[in-house]
Amino acid sequence: MPLVFCIIFDCIMNIELFFQYVAAGVTYGFIYAIVAIGFNIIYNTTGIINFAQGEFVMLGSMTAITLNAFMPLSLAIVLSVLITMLVGAVMEILFFRWLESPSVLRMIIITIGLSIIIREIALAIWGENVRALPYFTGNEVSSVSFAGVHISPQVLWVVGICSVMVVGLQVFFKYFRYGRQMRACAANREVARLCGINTKNMVTLSFVLSAGIGALAGCVVSPITYSQYNMGVPLAIKGFTVAILGGLGNSMAAVAGGLLLGILESFSVWVMPSAYKDAIAISIMLLILFFRPAGLFGRKEEFSLKEF
Amino acid sequence: MRKGYLQIGILCLVLVLIDLVSASFGKTYYLTQLTMSLYYSLVVLGLVLLMGYAGQISLGHAGFFAIGGYTTAVLSTYNLMKYKDAAVVKMFSKAGLLNLREDLYGAEILSFHPWVGIVLSLAIAAAVAYIIGIPVLKLKGHYLAMATLGFGIIVYRIVLGTPLFGEADGVSDVPPFNILPGLSISGEMDERRINYYIASFFVVVMVYILINLINSRVGRALKAIHGAEDAAESAGVDTANYKLKVFILSAIVAALAGAFLTHFNGGIGPSEASVMKSVRYVAIVAAGGMASVWGGLTMAMLLNFLSLRGYFGSYDDAVFGAVLIVIMLFAPEGILRINPLKILRMSIKKS
Amino acid sequence: MALLTVEGLNMSFGGLRAVKDVSFTVAEGSIKALIGPNGAGKTTLFNLISGYLKPKSGVIVFDGREIQGMPPHQIASFGIARTFQHIRLFPGMTVLENVMVGLHTHTRSGFISGMLRLPASRREERFIREQAMEVLEMIGIEELANKEATSLAYGQQRIVELARALAQKPKLLLLDEPAAGLNIRETAAIGRFIEQIRDQGITVFIVEHDMSLVMEISDEVMVLSYGEKIAEDKPLAIQKNEEVIKVYLGEEEDVEN
Repeated sequence: MPLVFCIIFDCIMNIELFFQYVAAGVTYGFIYAIVAIGFNIIYNTTGIINFAQGEFVMLGSMTAITLNAFMPLSLAIVLSVLITMLVGAVMEILFFRWLESPSVLRMIIITIGLSIIIREIALAIWGENVRALPYFTGNEVSSVSFAGVHISPQVLWVVGICSVMVVGLQVFFKYFRYGRQMRACAANREVARLCGINTKNMVTLSFVLSAGIGALAGCVVSPITYSQYNMGVPLAIKGFTVAILGGLGNSMAAVAGGLLLGILESFSVWVMPSAYKDAIAISIMLLILFFRPAGLFGRKEEFSLKEF
Repeated sequence: MRKGYLQIGILCLVLVLIDLVSASFGKTYYLTQLTMSLYYSLVVLGLVLLMGYAGQISLGHAGFFAIGGYTTAVLSTYNLMKYKDAAVVKMFSKAGLLNLREDLYGAEILSFHPWVGIVLSLAIAAAVAYIIGIPVLKLKGHYLAMATLGFGIIVYRIVLGTPLFGEADGVSDVPPFNILPGLSISGEMDERRINYYIASFFVVVMVYILINLINSRVGRALKAIHGAEDAAESAGVDTANYKLKVFILSAIVAALAGAFLTHFNGGIGPSEASVMKSVRYVAIVAAGGMASVWGGLTMAMLLNFLSLRGYFGSYDDAVFGAVLIVIMLFAPEGILRINPLKILRMSIKKS
Repeated sequence: MALLTVEGLNMSFGGLRAVKDVSFTVAEGSIKALIGPNGAGKTTLFNLISGYLKPKSGVIVFDGREIQGMPPHQIASFGIARTFQHIRLFPGMTVLENVMVGLHTHTRSGFISGMLRLPASRREERFIREQAMEVLEMIGIEELANKEATSLAYGQQRIVELARALAQKPKLLLLDEPAAGLNIRETAAIGRFIEQIRDQGITVFIVEHDMSLVMEISDEVMVLSYGEKIAEDKPLAIQKNEEVIKVYLGEEEDVEN
């Protein structure tokens, strides 16, 4: 308990620092949320947890960094998102489309293999260097102030673009034909197929979508979090933690879960060595899996309906 | 003769032949990598039982290997000299648990005897496997994979972030382990052959145990759990208990391999605990055909040896990633079960 | 004498009550059938008895022992064997091996004796093999012993699943739609076979949709509808029971709509 008081005391004395931690937490939180939503999209249409999800984020930001050397930032980002979407499509078509009712174990192992291969290719192309996209507006020292608190404008970019993505996806799934077809697939693949929906294309689309949002999110956070060839695995684990925190398949809850984890992690530096930071997410993940596999926001019955 | 015993005889012969051939060609230095491969094979064999027979994936077995290796490494190198007058240390000393030796510069090092390290390695691995196994093994599919992966990463983070475990450098200068007078686990040149045979002995014993177990009541129950868990329950198999026991068994074997290899190599580094190592074990089990002792052993020896000799160059990890994908796409039954005739026939039928 | 007594059993999923306050007994040495429209809670009731589900409330007494809420393997060891609506055989194992698993509760060699192949474990292994073979011979499928179980025809797979359950030497056998997917001839054969099982002293509790089979073999029939017991009587009386007729005809109307 005294420890908690110390932290609270620290915060009061140091309101500026406090908000900086919050801002960092929010930034990381959004990227976790986007990875989690990427998990959800593919999981809903296929029942696969794509262990290579974090690799999309890495690919998106690294490609944008390279492209940015030749073209304006905005164009580089658009192009890198498109390239990553293509990678997602190719991945699905080459490795999943033609498999006939593969076992969960087989799928897990394939996506793990893919994540390794993508990472190793990235290592071969970009090396071990830590890179970053430039700040979208201003630079690392510029700030926007809100009621006396200074926040980097890039954080606003992160919050803005990620929020737009989340809302956009909701609209897409509710009002657009393909979005509704994907939802139909998620609800019942057999019936969807009988209704004339090309379920195979929907699966490809789900890979493309989650690659796209991952890549875009990777670009927006890159100036703050930096990018490296091996950033994918930790992101995948944290994204998965967030996905189950919200109950698999639930995107709005994923945002809440992402922010929760991001902020928790960011404040954890106060109480323990940052080397153990990853352990927080993993411990949370294990605790949820052990005690509330339906997620904090999910209902138990829904979970039990999903064949696992 | 019983099924499998003939193969064990052949295995012994092959192991001896490898030694004789490498000796006659003057390439005994191969034995070092072969010995290491044999220890890694132990981990793989434990996983064959867990994944192939009981059907439970683990992406965290490098964690158990590291628990074994680091426990014995720390115990046998941590210098108790400055505490030598403390009552506890004296008690340990009286019980014969301590070992006094001199380092390269003649300074005295008082540390635990490797026997203590080995025994504690196995005990800690078993305890950890028991504690995390109870909740983890209730999970299935992706959740089980993620939970074991999470466990592996936690172990990795701990060894990487704790000064006692040497952080990024790991623990070095681990002394040889004298099992009997004249018989020690170490990387010394003149001990190379005997160490190769010690490791071979472990592998042969492990194969013997596995083959017996697989063809027993327990083995049948494990296969039943893998095939249809609910039906196994209804036939009276305590599935939770069996899964837990197999998990603990495979953890102990991994820790044993880790502990011995650490004495053999004279040290251990954090990469032994990395996710990639765990994935590598899974890749090998998959390549061997999941539920195949011989397939797993062959692949473990082959792939580890090639990797340790540096044949894969900087593509080491990529090779194992590719192995995973290719096997799971085209030969989920394992490389050794590929039947060219059958594939030919199928393709003829299709056309 | 009642081998199985169920009292005030309740089960719900979310808000949906799948089993409502159901009480009944199964007399030792009898064949009791459980019928009812789809979604009536029949399989749920089986899952409650065999331990796959824990009841919200209620008591299940088997052979003088309260078993509600116990894990399935423990209930199996008391002498309840079951088959599944969707056949659950162990893939990659022969018919004989599948049946050998059925003898699990009657044997005890564990990890250590299995790993070292101690004499006791070898003796037991022989015993298991002989017993399993006996069951196969009794059913008359010994020629299938070394075939891979999941490669057999559907009807044969049902028989193998039954053989596995019988190898457990149960006091009570729960059969979940044993005639599903079988043709008329196979159904008749399985009916005769269930009667033989009963004559050996094994009590049978059966969920079945095939009415002629139910009426022919059962000593007593219980009807569930929406989780509630609506009738329990001799087969002939059930056929004349107006409420039962209403439930079944009502269902047919629904189908037509």
